[in-house]
Amino acid sequence: MTEVLDTANAIGRPIKRKEDARLLHGQTNWTDNIQLPGTVHMAILRSPVAHANITKLDISGALKRPNVVAAFGAEELGDLNGSVPCVWPVTDDIVMPDFPALAKGKVHHMGDCVAVVLATDATSAVDALEAIDVEYDVLPAVIDMEKAIAPGSTIVHEDKGTNTCYVYNLGGGYDEVAAKADVIVKRRFINQRLIPAFMEPRSVVAAPMGMSDEITVWSSTQIPHILRVLLALVTGVPENNLRIIAPDVGGGFGGKLQIYREEILVTQLARKLGKPVKWTETRSEDMVASHHGRDQIQDIEIAATKDGKMLGLKVTLLADMGAYLQVITPGVPLLGMFMYPGIYKMDAYDFTCTGVFTNKTPTDAYRGAGRPESTYAIERIVDELANELGMEPMELRRKNWITHEEFPYTTVAGLTYDTGNYEAATAKALEMFDYDGLRAEQKQRRESGDPVQLGIGISTFTEMCGLAPSRTLGALKYVAGGWEHCTVRLLPTGKVEVVTGTSPHGQGHETAWSQIASSILGVPVEDIEVIHGDTGRAPYGMDTYGSRSLAVGGQAIKAASERLVDKARVIAAHQLECSPSDLEFVEGVFSVKGDAEKSQPLGAVAFEAFTAHNLPDGVEPTLSAEATIDPQDFSYPHGTHLAAMEVDTETGKVTLRKYVCVDDVGIQVNPMIVEGQVHGGLAQGIAQAMYEGASYDEDGLLQTASLADYLIPSAMDLPSFTTGYTVTPSTTHPLGTKGVGEAGAIASTPAIINGIVDALRPLGVNEMAMPASPMTVWKTIQAAKGGAA
Amino acid sequence: MQHISVTVDGMEYNAEVEPRTLLVHWLRNGIGKVGTVVGCDTSNCGACTVLLDGRSVKSCSVLAVQANGSEVTTIQGLSDGNEWHPVQTAFKECHGLQCGYCTPGMVLAAVDLLGENPNPSEAEIREGLEGNLCRCTGYHNIVKSVAYAAELMGGGSK
Repeated sequence: MTEVLDTANAIGRPIKRKEDARLLHGQTNWTDNIQLPGTVHMAILRSPVAHANITKLDISGALKRPNVVAAFGAEELGDLNGSVPCVWPVTDDIVMPDFPALAKGKVHHMGDCVAVVLATDATSAVDALEAIDVEYDVLPAVIDMEKAIAPGSTIVHEDKGTNTCYVYNLGGGYDEVAAKADVIVKRRFINQRLIPAFMEPRSVVAAPMGMSDEITVWSSTQIPHILRVLLALVTGVPENNLRIIAPDVGGGFGGKLQIYREEILVTQLARKLGKPVKWTETRSEDMVASHHGRDQIQDIEIAATKDGKMLGLKVTLLADMGAYLQVITPGVPLLGMFMYPGIYKMDAYDFTCTGVFTNKTPTDAYRGAGRPESTYAIERIVDELANELGMEPMELRRKNWITHEEFPYTTVAGLTYDTGNYEAATAKALEMFDYDGLRAEQKQRRESGDPVQLGIGISTFTEMCGLAPSRTLGALKYVAGGWEHCTVRLLPTGKVEVVTGTSPHGQGHETAWSQIASSILGVPVEDIEVIHGDTGRAPYGMDTYGSRSLAVGGQAIKAASERLVDKARVIAAHQLECSPSDLEFVEGVFSVKGDAEKSQPLGAVAFEAFTAHNLPDGVEPTLSAEATIDPQDFSYPHGTHLAAMEVDTETGKVTLRKYVCVDDVGIQVNPMIVEGQVHGGLAQGIAQAMYEGASYDEDGLLQTASLADYLIPSAMDLPSFTTGYTVTPSTTHPLGTKGVGEAGAIASTPAIINGIVDALRPLGVNEMAMPASPMTVWKTIQAAKGGAA
Repeated sequence: MQHISVTVDGMEYNAEVEPRTLLVHWLRNGIGKVGTVVGCDTSNCGACTVLLDGRSVKSCSVLAVQANGSEVTTIQGLSDGNEWHPVQTAFKECHGLQCGYCTPGMVLAAVDLLGENPNPSEAEIREGLEGNLCRCTGYHNIVKSVAYAAELMGGGSK
C-alpha cells in the first residue's frame, strides 16, 4: 500500500490518507473506548421541560440503588459546580447570565442538567436516575424571539430583567443611499435552527493521575488547547496539572468547539471522588444538550438603481442565543457581520444584530458560523432584486461584483479581500452546468405548463475564514488569539515529528501536514509523524475551527520546517567545510554548489546534531525548530455554485437534479482531501435548504430530539456532485492556500433555495421557507395561487 | 443472567449477559470489540452495523442473547490477516471516509450490499446504504468506493 513519493512535489498531490488504515480496521481510539480501572460512570438527570423552578430535588433514593457510588444536585455539588464560560462578550453592556453546570433551583431549557448519578457501571447509573425525586413548577416558555423582546414577555433570566443579550451595530449611511435609489427590495429570511449532529456522540473521561495533583481529561473535542485554559479557569485545577487529550474525534462541525458543562462535571467529580469518571452521551442527550447552530431572523433591505447598480444594504438581525451563552455564542452572528455584502461593491452598509435569550438549547458555532447566514441573505436578496428589476440574476451579479483587476479590494464592511477571480469561477461553472441549455429547458417547461418545473439556483459566494488575526479578534472583544504553532523535530534516525496545535476530527491533517513538511524537508511523507490533539505532547495551539487549520496552521508548519532547514544548513556546512551560503538544499540533501560530490543528506545532519561530536561553535545539539504564526489576514475562498432544481408543483416534491460548483481555495495541498471537504460542506448546506430544522413546540419542547425526527440526509437524499476549481493563490498566506472546510456549507444553501424559487416564479412564488419540505413547498404554491393552504 | 456462546471475528466467546443487553454493548463492553461504535439510540444511523451470520444488522437492534450460537463479523475481523477486504481498500482509494466514525458500519453494510448485488448501479448503492448515516462525506465518495469495491471484487458497477 505504500506509495513512493516524489517529495519535491508532495504539495498538490492527492495522496491517500495515513489515517485510513486504522479507521478502516476499527483500530480506533474514540473517547468512549477508554476503559480505565476503577472507572465510575456518570449519568445525568436532565430537565424534561423548558422553563421551571425546581421545587424539590431529593437524590437520596438514587444512593440506595445497586452499584451507585454517589449522586449530586447543585446543592450537594457546592463549590465544585463550575459555570460554563463565554469568551466573547461582544459589547461592554452584554448581559451574561450565570450558566452553572448543574442547574441551581431553576431550569432554562429542555435538557438542562439537574442532577448526576455515579455508579460502577453505566447502566446502573442510568437506572438510578429514576430514583431521584424531582418536582418542577413549570413557567411559561420563551420561544419566539420577537415576543421575547416585546414588553411583558416572560424573562428567561429574571435577575437580568431582560431577554435582550446585546445589540451590536456596524456601518451606516444606508438611509442616504436608499433615498437616491430607484428600487428597494425588502425581505425577511428565517435562517432556521440546526443541530450539528456529528456522528460520534460526545464523551469525556477524567482521571486523577496517581498521588499527584495531575488530572488527565480525554474529551471528544475540537479544542483541547482552549479547553485546557478554560477548564483550568473554571475548576481551579492549575493549568500545568491539567492535560487534555482529544483522541480520535468523530466529527465536530463546530459542535465540539465548546467547553461543555459535562466536561466541567466529569473533571470536578473525578477530583472529588479521586477516581476516573466517564460520561458518554446518548444521541437523544446530544440533540438537546450539545449546542445548536444558526437560528436568526434576518430583515434584509437592498437599494439599487433601475439599471441594477447596488447602492446599499441594510441588515437587521435577531439572533437566538438560546438559554445561556456558551463559549462564543454571542460572537457567531458577528462572524457573519462582515460578509453580508458578499462579493459586491456598494456604497453603504448598515448592520444591527440583537442577541435574544429564549428557553431553548444554547446556540453556537455550526459549520460556517455566521457566514452561511450572511451568504444566504445576500444571495437570496440579489435574486429578489434581479426579479424586481427584470434582470437575469447572473447578469445582476456580474454588474456588481468585484472584478479580478480590483483586488486587493476593501469592501463596504471594511474587510480587504486579497485576491479572487469571480469571473473565471463563474465562467467555468456555467460551462460545466450547461447553463444556457438548462435555461432553454426551463423556458420550454414553463411554456408547456409542465407540472414539474425546473429552476436554476445561483450562489456566487465568498467567505472569511482562517480564524484569525489576533489583533482583529481583540478589537472584536474575543478574549483569545488566532495564532497557530508548530514544532518540527528531526530525530537521530532521520524520521520527522511535526507537532501541530491544530486538532483534526476527520480533516486528514496527519496526511496533509506531512505533505507540507515533506515538500520543504525532502523527507518522504511516510517518514513524517504528525502529533496533535494532546496538550501533553503538543502543548501550544489554538485548535481546529473556522477553516483555520491549513490557512493558519499550515503557515506554522512551513515556517518551522524552513527554520529547521536553516539550522541544519549551518551544521552541514561545518561538516562539509564550506560556508552555509555555498550549500544548496534539494530533495532533502545539502550539497556544495558546483561540487555535488560533497553532500550530506538531512538525516545525516540530524545524526550529527544528536551525537554533537562535531558541531560548529555556538550551535546547540538536537535538530528542531518551532514557529508560532499570527495570520496577516483572514482567508477569502470563493466560488460559483449552481443547482438545477425540479419542483413538482402538484405535490411540492423537490428534486436536486444537478449540482455544479467551482471553488477557488487557492493552492491545494491535497486535492483529494479538498474535494472531500467540499462534498461534506455541500451536504450540510443542502440539508439546511431541503431537510433539516430543529423545531420547538409552544411549551419549548424540542420536537426533533432524535435522529428519527431530525432529518439528516442519507445517501438516498443527495446526488453526486460535479466539482471544479480555479486556483487564485492567496497573497496574504505564504503557502497560497485558503480555507475550505466550511465553503460548501456556506455556498450551497442559497443555491438550492434560489433554484426552488426560480422554478416557481411563474406561479408568483418569491420566497421559500427552509427546510423546503414537500409540505412547505406545496403550501407556498397554494398561498401564491391564492388558494387555501 | 443468561449464557451465550457467540463466535466473533473467528473466536468463540462464552459469556453471561443480562437479557436486556444489546449486542453492540456486549461487543464493546463485554469483549472489548470497540471498533464497533454507537451513534444513536433510535436505530437510525447504522454506525453499529456488523455482520450476523453473514448479513448486516444494526447491533443496537439485536439483543446479545439473540446472537447466541451465531457468527458475528465486526470491522476488526473483516480483513484476512494483512490482506484488506476489497471494500476497505476501495474506501481508502476513493476517500470514502473522513472522521471514520460511520465507517465500520458503512463498510459492513457495503459488504452485505455487494454480496446481494455484485453489480449495483449508483441508485442501488444509494438505496442499499440508506440505513447508514454519514455526516462528513456527503456520500459522494462512499458511493464511488462501493462502486470501486464492486470492480475489485469482479462484479463491476453498472
